[in-house]
Amino acid sequence: MDEYCIKTRGLKLFYGEFEALKGLDIRFLSGKTSALIGPSGCGKTTLLRCFNRINERYEGVRTEGEVVVQEHDIYSADTDLVELRKKVGMVFQRPNPLPLSVRDNILYGLRLHFSRKYRDASTLDEALETSLRAVHLWDDLKDSLSTEATTLSLEKQQKLCIARLLPLKPEVILMDEPCSALDPDATAKIEELLRDLAGDYSLVIVTHNMAQARRVSDECAFMLLGEVVEMRRTEDLFVSPRDQRTANYIEGRFG
Amino acid sequence: MEFAIKASGFSAIFFVFAIFFFVFSTASEFIFEKMDFVEFLTSPEWYPTSLSNKRYGTLALLAGTVSVTGLAMLIAVPLGLGSALFISEFTSGVVKEGLKITIELLAAIPSVVWGFIGLAVMNPLIIEVFDAPIGLNVLNGGIILGLMSVPIMTTIAEDALKAVPDSYREASLALGATRWQTAHKVLFPAARSGLLAAVLLGVGRAIGETMAVLMATGHAVQIPGSPLDSVRTLTATIAAELGETAAGSDHYQALFAVGVLLFLLTFGVNLAADLIVRGRSAR
Ligand SMILES: Nc1ncnc2c1ncn2[C@@H]1O[C@H](COP(=O)(O)OP(=O)(O)OP(=O)(O)O)[C@@H](O)[C@H]1O
Ligand SMILES: [Mg+2]
Repeated sequence: MDEYCIKTRGLKLFYGEFEALKGLDIRFLSGKTSALIGPSGCGKTTLLRCFNRINERYEGVRTEGEVVVQEHDIYSADTDLVELRKKVGMVFQRPNPLPLSVRDNILYGLRLHFSRKYRDASTLDEALETSLRAVHLWDDLKDSLSTEATTLSLEKQQKLCIARLLPLKPEVILMDEPCSALDPDATAKIEELLRDLAGDYSLVIVTHNMAQARRVSDECAFMLLGEVVEMRRTEDLFVSPRDQRTANYIEGRFG
Repeated sequence: MEFAIKASGFSAIFFVFAIFFFVFSTASEFIFEKMDFVEFLTSPEWYPTSLSNKRYGTLALLAGTVSVTGLAMLIAVPLGLGSALFISEFTSGVVKEGLKITIELLAAIPSVVWGFIGLAVMNPLIIEVFDAPIGLNVLNGGIILGLMSVPIMTTIAEDALKAVPDSYREASLALGATRWQTAHKVLFPAARSGLLAAVLLGVGRAIGETMAVLMATGHAVQIPGSPLDSVRTLTATIAAELGETAAGSDHYQALFAVGVLLFLLTFGVNLAADLIVRGRSAR
């Protein structure tokens, strides 16, 4: 395995004329949890959405520079978007289970990407159970697999959104403020889950909550106005920031 | 001002009831005293002007309406839903707005113009292509009516697709689905009641349409055996015959009874559409 799961070189992103990312060089360690912090509007979501190229849905988005995932620049012309998105999963700020049953949500990816002969009933059932167990939902949901997923509590919905990535065996899971729609209790549960997943997957988490960044991440990057100010081991960043702006931010002087 | 708004609102409701009351009361003597229900609904023989033996069976007219509408839907449903999907999911910006305006313009084409196209363009074309004796038939009326129903279906279906939360699309795309897969596996199921309502409104539009089918279907009261047979619909019958009957005559009243039948048919379809839409918003 590469030392880094994602590397960018001179990554710029424009929304029309507006330069939201100003030439970023940033690297995320494989198998570790990395956090992105920074004030509102600094480009955390934008950066995260570059890594599975879902930014391109919007009109007028232009990207420059490189994003290397497994030695391959995902912005090069020969990139297979489907393969990329299998490798790099994403969890959104608001839980967004599909309006299908729990079971169909979890198996959505498998059914998309594997032809029938590779997915007989027992393979599917196994994937279903493994994924739900991995996010601590199996005991709660094993008897209600046909419940409409959108009727679950937000905490369960968010766990389900994580679980549905797992059957595709992603290398990286991107999470954009995964707890911001949840109450403190649910947040604690999700954080516990993140610590369980760490190691098996490379996680990149955007968060507004610095305490959360300290609790869950190995490395932490501080972003400001479309640039990465500094990125270091989380402990070091919070204990002895090198840049004055980082220090100001983590001491709560702005943002 | 408030009074004026209320008055116009109530007057609209009043007029609808007044119209139904007028149609129904004109037809009531015929319906309750003269007509044989079974014959009216099951006999294909519509001979209101026969001297010796007048017969008032609407089955052939009903078959005309159903066959033309059915064919129209075979054309309009894929076209209408397909263009709604295309506009909603595969275009953006200027192209999207341009297409939406074009579709709305299509809805503004008067039906007599469509009828004219049926007569002047489709008729010779059908004779040529199918080597048919006449080109005014179910096929012609169905195509014209299908095209006429596309705009309303597209507009309503596009609204239904637009109402699907964007987060569903992102969820699906982020799992590696293509836009087609997303449409087919997520958007259509999520928007299904709105799409069904769009189809039913198209059906209602097609059943009620008169002028274009009058011009395009060839005026033969018969149960069609093939799309190349001429037929006559309920609406066309009323439009064609009412002017030639004496007010108050049996024939006159019978045409109003046909009107009641038609009214019930479109009312049923619209009610179904409405209930479906309500069912959706209640959830
Ligand atoms: N679709 C878009 N079109 C135009 N500008 C956008 C778009 N999305 C984001 N921006 C702009 O890009 C900048 C970065 O936005 P982004 O959402 O990435 O910030 P963020 O760090 O995630 O903020 P938050 O903490 O509020 O989520 C902001 O100035 C924002 O206004
Ligand atoms: Mg954000």
